[in-house]
Amino acid sequence: MSENNANAAAEGNIFTVSKFNLWYGDHHALHNINMDIKEHTITALIGPSGCGKSTFIRNLNRMNDLIPSTKLEGSILYNNEELVNSDIDVSKLRKEVGMVFQKPNPFPMSIYDNIAYGPRTHGVRNRAKLDNLVTESLKSAAIYEEVKDRMSSSALGLSGGQQQRLCIARALAVQPRVLLMDEPTSALDPISTGKIEELAMQLKEKYTIVIVTHNMQQALRISDYTAFFLLGDLVEFGPTEKIFTKPEDKRTEDYITGRFG
Amino acid sequence: MFEAHKKIINTEKIAYWIFLVLGVMNVGFVLMICVYLLIAGTPAIVKVGPIDFLFGTTWASTAAQPKFGILPFILTSIYGTIGAIVIGLPLGFFSAVYLAKMASRKVKAVIEPMVDLLAGIPSVVYGFIGMLVLVPGIRALFGLPDGSGLLAAIIVLAIMILPSIIKVSITAIEAVPEEYTLGSLALGANKVETIFRVVVPAARSGISAAVVLGVGRAIGEAMAVMMVAGNAANMPDSLFQSVRFLTTAVASEMSYSSGLQREALFSIALVLFAFIMVINGILNMLLKKGIKR
Ligand SMILES: Nc1ncnc2c1ncn2[C@@H]1O[C@H](COP(=O)(O)OP(=O)(O)OP(=O)(O)O)[C@@H](O)[C@H]1O
Ligand SMILES: [Mg+2]
Repeated sequence: MSENNANAAAEGNIFTVSKFNLWYGDHHALHNINMDIKEHTITALIGPSGCGKSTFIRNLNRMNDLIPSTKLEGSILYNNEELVNSDIDVSKLRKEVGMVFQKPNPFPMSIYDNIAYGPRTHGVRNRAKLDNLVTESLKSAAIYEEVKDRMSSSALGLSGGQQQRLCIARALAVQPRVLLMDEPTSALDPISTGKIEELAMQLKEKYTIVIVTHNMQQALRISDYTAFFLLGDLVEFGPTEKIFTKPEDKRTEDYITGRFG
Repeated sequence: MFEAHKKIINTEKIAYWIFLVLGVMNVGFVLMICVYLLIAGTPAIVKVGPIDFLFGTTWASTAAQPKFGILPFILTSIYGTIGAIVIGLPLGFFSAVYLAKMASRKVKAVIEPMVDLLAGIPSVVYGFIGMLVLVPGIRALFGLPDGSGLLAAIIVLAIMILPSIIKVSITAIEAVPEEYTLGSLALGANKVETIFRVVVPAARSGISAAVVLGVGRAIGEAMAVMMVAGNAANMPDSLFQSVRFLTTAVASEMSYSSGLQREALFSIALVLFAFIMVINGILNMLLKKGIKR
């Protein structure tokens, strides 16, 4: 086991998914998924609606715990810790593996309090330290300039694109290692989408990103690795360039060329 | 085809007029009550003098030298209501949080209908149980000659306002979008932190509406408090004092009153009405604010 761990770490894999299966009641939603996610990369999850992308990504920070009557099998190692059916500290896991949702969901509080929420939850009380975290997170999420003069006004007054970057800043404020994003730009206009894509590519330096997207161009533009899901199967997984230029599976080719889905 | 069209228009017109009349009638009733209370309630206040009436500490309506000071009733109603809120709000609030966010479906399915039932029990039954259980309990516990008084009334009121506080708070908490909960949990907050730092603040206008509704209920209740408060016109200077509320002051003397005494009772009703108008005003303001947000 320890040798195994050492290997995984040596390869720079932050997640190692092997033989992972998931059922919602009787519905077998994910079949035997195997995937390694490398640190400081962007991995895109693509596939038609209902193929299990959200289901999969939710297992990387155990948000699936909230859904009753699910059954899991197999293994997901995060940083050499088993996530599947284990009694790890999920608060600690979610602090390290942050999540950004499809619909921007800032809390109905001030911009400052939104960002400070995570650090405060994890025990940061010192005002100067909080101020610093808030500023740094907003800067990292490329929204600081737009909000620096209105930190105490409600976050709900921001535009959709600003709200989504605020949510990214909020996730960054707890100093995670991984950011999971489930269709973060599907509710946004093209300009906001562009800003978030640019941001994702910058954040890759410091964080590992897993992003679900329905936008092939987006996957191609920003990701290093792409995973193609179909009806609960991981059909193909590999470097984005390869998936988009020389896919091995006929179904992958059909999907990325828009022949179905 | 044209015929059918005409008919629809006609029924619509008729319905319009019926609803208009009903609506106007409704407003009419409220206006009538206001006007009547003003007309009936003002003379005594003028005759006794507003200061003596509102701030007089002695109510002796049938004495040879009658006195009509209603401060004891006003204070009793205020203290009673505050007391009921102080006890009922935390109880109701935590029950609501539990039912809305923590209880399993089964537990909820058992408790929620009970809360509804609690709301439907007639107030005389609350008074009756209070007389049979609470009053002797207080007497025994504190070693008093008589257990009825302000404390008994506060406890009965607190229980009576529980259902509305619980129901309105549950509605407010459940109206908070699930995305907030997910967002908080995804940051590593646990369930309790999420409830108290995100969900409850987001529901605060609805919860304050619950409080105001409870205040309205408590200040307007007559029957149950009449049965447990002792009903003597004392200043409420101790929790065990036998006291009279604004509502019970009107109710207990109305049947045999006459002359200035009767007019003074109308004036008490007017004061009570003013209290309730203010409370409703606050409630409407809070609800509007909640909708805007
Ligand atoms: N909470 C749930 N309970 C039961 N079944 C679910 C639940 N969530 C998802 N499913 C089912 O699991 C399968 C995969 O759903 P999932 O949401 O992961 O798909 P997706 O790839 O994210 O789709 P989309 O692109 O539309 O977001 C679907 O058949 C869906 O109906
Ligand atoms: Mg999805």
